Amino acid sequence: MALTYRGRAGKFLSDRGVKDYDLVLVETDRLSLKGRVIPRPELFDDTHLVIKLNNGYNVGISVDKIKNLKILEKGWKHREPEIPRMEPRKGLPYVPMVVTGGTISSRVDYRTGGVRAYERPEELLDIVPEIADIANIDYRPLFAEFSENLTAGHWVKIAEAVAKELNSGASGVLVAHGTDTMHYSAAAVSFLMKNLGKPVVFVGAQRSIDRPSTDAVLNLIASVRVAVSEIGEVVIVMHGSSSDEFAWVIRGVKARKMHTSRRDAFLPVNSMPIAKVTREGIEYLSGFRRRDDSLKVEIDTKMDDRVFLLYVWPGMDPKIVQIIKDLDYHGLVVAGTGLGHTPYEVIKELERLVKDGIPVVMTSQTLFGRVNLRVYETGRLLLKAGVIPGEDMLPEVALVKLMYVLGHTRNMEEVRRLMMTNMVGEISRSISMRFFPPCWVS
Amino acid sequence: MVELKVGLEIHQRLNTNKLFCNCPSKIIEREPDEWLIRKMGVSYSELGSIDPAARFEVLRDREFFYGIYYDETCEVEADESPPLPMNEKALEIALKIAKIFNMIPLDEIHVMRKIVVDGSNTTGFQRTALVAMGDDESYVETSKGRVHLRTLCLEEESAYIVESRREYAKYKLDRLGIPLVEIATAPDIHDPDQAEETALKIGRMLRATKEVMRGLGTIRQDINISIEGGARQEIKGVQELELIPEVIRREVRRQRSLLDIKREMERRGLSEDELEDSFANVTPEISGSNSRMFRKALSSGNVVLAVKLPKMRGLLGREIQPGRRFGTELAGYAKVFSGVKGIIHSDELPGYGIDANAISSIASKLGLSEEDAFAIVVAEKGSAEIALGAVLRRVRMALKGVPEETRRALPDGNTEFMRPMPGSARMYPETDIPPVNPELILMRLASWRYESPEEVVERLMRSYGLPLEQADMLFDEEKVDIFERIASSCRHLSKRFIADVLTSKMRYLRREGHPVNLISEKMLEKILSLVDKGVLAKEAVESLLADLSLNPKADVEELVRSKYSMDESLLRRIVEEAIKKHRDLLKEDKDRALKKIIGEVMRRARGKVDGRRVRDLVVEKIESEA
Ligand SMILES: [Zn+2]
Repeated sequence: MALTYRGRAGKFLSDRGVKDYDLVLVETDRLSLKGRVIPRPELFDDTHLVIKLNNGYNVGISVDKIKNLKILEKGWKHREPEIPRMEPRKGLPYVPMVVTGGTISSRVDYRTGGVRAYERPEELLDIVPEIADIANIDYRPLFAEFSENLTAGHWVKIAEAVAKELNSGASGVLVAHGTDTMHYSAAAVSFLMKNLGKPVVFVGAQRSIDRPSTDAVLNLIASVRVAVSEIGEVVIVMHGSSSDEFAWVIRGVKARKMHTSRRDAFLPVNSMPIAKVTREGIEYLSGFRRRDDSLKVEIDTKMDDRVFLLYVWPGMDPKIVQIIKDLDYHGLVVAGTGLGHTPYEVIKELERLVKDGIPVVMTSQTLFGRVNLRVYETGRLLLKAGVIPGEDMLPEVALVKLMYVLGHTRNMEEVRRLMMTNMVGEISRSISMRFFPPCWVS
Repeated sequence: MVELKVGLEIHQRLNTNKLFCNCPSKIIEREPDEWLIRKMGVSYSELGSIDPAARFEVLRDREFFYGIYYDETCEVEADESPPLPMNEKALEIALKIAKIFNMIPLDEIHVMRKIVVDGSNTTGFQRTALVAMGDDESYVETSKGRVHLRTLCLEEESAYIVESRREYAKYKLDRLGIPLVEIATAPDIHDPDQAEETALKIGRMLRATKEVMRGLGTIRQDINISIEGGARQEIKGVQELELIPEVIRREVRRQRSLLDIKREMERRGLSEDELEDSFANVTPEISGSNSRMFRKALSSGNVVLAVKLPKMRGLLGREIQPGRRFGTELAGYAKVFSGVKGIIHSDELPGYGIDANAISSIASKLGLSEEDAFAIVVAEKGSAEIALGAVLRRVRMALKGVPEETRRALPDGNTEFMRPMPGSARMYPETDIPPVNPELILMRLASWRYESPEEVVERLMRSYGLPLEQADMLFDEEKVDIFERIASSCRHLSKRFIADVLTSKMRYLRREGHPVNLISEKMLEKILSLVDKGVLAKEAVESLLADLSLNPKADVEELVRSKYSMDESLLRRIVEEAIKKHRDLLKEDKDRALKKIIGEVMRRARGKVDGRRVRDLVVEKIESEA
């Protein structure tokens, strides 16, 4: 066992031979407390000892006030709850889960409060036994990262892992993912997959799975249902309302996390949900590419991650744009205002970038609606400057797509053509009146 | 008296915003604006240790409805946002309370998640923190000795339950998150009255901070009882202090009766093996009955199951608490574990539309002999089996004595089974809230001085000449502040009169059914200042208060002018008439005549003038005539 305490508390404890989880008796002026030494996160101060008392409470004691400390027992015997082994059921489809990290793939250790990743599918079935009736699931741990730490390199690894499973008999693949950047990864995997005929389902949790109120239970049941469904696309499956009633199936290139913490944070933008899934079944709501098990997936892993995403604002210093070139970026996505505008002074800087062979794609901060650079003078000037209209693509989707496109060509005309061509449903032919406001709960 | 050990847990709501969000701590009467529907995701392997009473499948299927209020509750109560940092004001009050009881604050306070799976928290856990602990020097003094205080926790109140069934439970979120201090005493209490005294004393000390909530439900007591030879019980939710001794006495009686029953079972030679998990379907035997209850239940596809309880005849009907029989205990287990409404046992038959014929055919189907009993239950087959299984389990426990239980206090002082006593609570750190160092608050509190209830009462008696009873009443009704304000601004009024209006008069009117709680402190101050200025007669205060309680929006001065003051010329005329009437007596016995004249004027003025003023007027008039 280790000792996680640093500084003054660290010295105090190591001088007395104390390690994490030892049972100790601590005496101060008036208190005499018996408890387990609980590991101390690095961000906390270095003057307190935290012990877990017999009544379950953790309490912190200033080491400066400790008059006497006695070790009563070294270490803590581990007693994990028994989880029975499970055999795969005959006749059920096979759905592996590629694990990338996030709250959905780990649980808190009740003794210590530490977080631990799952190792066996039984651990998941222990919490969501319902999915054992729908499919035989299995674990494919890939990495354990907070989703904000993922890079284009990770996206390629996810796509490769998914493709490998799809081509070896999986009915569909789940991707357990942190929610913060799930829509970036889902968009990236959408562009990287060629010839996809099976569901690739990104799923996560806004309330960690060790909480009784976790949203993971419904999300997992729904995502397994989608993984064996008729859908042959990359999708995100998350809660559709604050209640534990149904989940939306959202196209990976049309999804966005729109709330910091709610269960129903993910919404389709400029699109309808593909389907609504309950514990019992699936209801299709709009068009989608159908499953075709005969297809063999291929991966196109060429990506250029030197793309910048710029959120403009009134009064911004136009010189900022120059930095993008100075830092050797190969492409720029602008989240402009309204129909796709920037302050007048910025246009000239963008024009200079384009002249230098750095493509500029315009999207909108409004997220909903299509950019249109023909209505106002500013837009016409942007067009003239060579800015590529990003249609109704979300800024993040345009970012990922430009990485993909630049991975294949630096030719400005070709980049323009590809960015304005719908590849996997990222550009809508028409935007229906019912896409906004985004509430379809009946 | 048997050896009795009682400890109290006192839960007191604090008068601040909520503990982990900025919403008001307000109970809302209207229907919620929207209901959310949630389920509980608890892992199979953990469940047993969290709540032995909860069955996994039942719990997972159960739906929880949460009523939200758009303007009064927020994302935090709905478990849609992480908690905000701990309300510092609430922590300060908790630390003040620790100081009052001479408890020792912890150097670093850690918020924990205590797992609860009954749905009473949207998160599935209650946030709670141990703020201070006690030692030998932390105690309250009672007439029967010191009662020590062990722990002081600051925690969030649970959601208010509206309805609970096996398939679902409904809660409102207005109450969820109100700050609560939980003060636990050591088991130092040895008799029922001392328990009440302790609770009363602690409650008064808390109120003296002026920072705790008042009113129904804002303070409640849990009682931990152990009885020699019996078992430890945790009794939840005693709301009225006066009930505490009765709850304890009845618990002692219950445990004694259960031990008598145990001895009787042993005498009859009942062994555990004789209690068989085999249930007979007696639907045909019952369906002949002319009971409406049975006809209705059976028409919706339910069955009647029966179980044999060997050698138990006469024991099921035995009273263990006033009006509660051993059979009621069995029914409690059946209800909690299966959700049925109750059971019927053979000691209460014939009855419920089951006649002697039906009884004897059930008896022969179960193969009963003379000293055997049986229990039946009407329900859907699965629930009925679970119910009778629970009944058998409870009978087996009876062979061992008294089981340790968590019980709910009933309004008459009886208790009913809630769930088996939980093992040590499942607690893990609330990682969304960093530990709190209370050092700065404690420095601030160094100069804070607490005036104890005794000190307040003593000061009221000394400074204002009030009798003990009045001073006590002012304190208990939290009217010390308003009393002192009025006493300093109304110099002519007697202090006892002010105290009397604030306490006895208001109490009297409330008992008479006047909603005097609608009268604001501002109004009371106004009324007494009018008396002080001689505009309003002392004698009129009571009926004015009664009037105002029915019409609390009225303007006090306007009402006094129109209804409670007498025209000067009319008053003078009445005075003249009264003097004229008693002129003879005036010559014979001036003092007696004066009394009569004033009495008559007062009667005719019907409380619209002040007695002092009438006296002045009468004397003035007589002297001017002389
Ligand atoms: Zn709130």
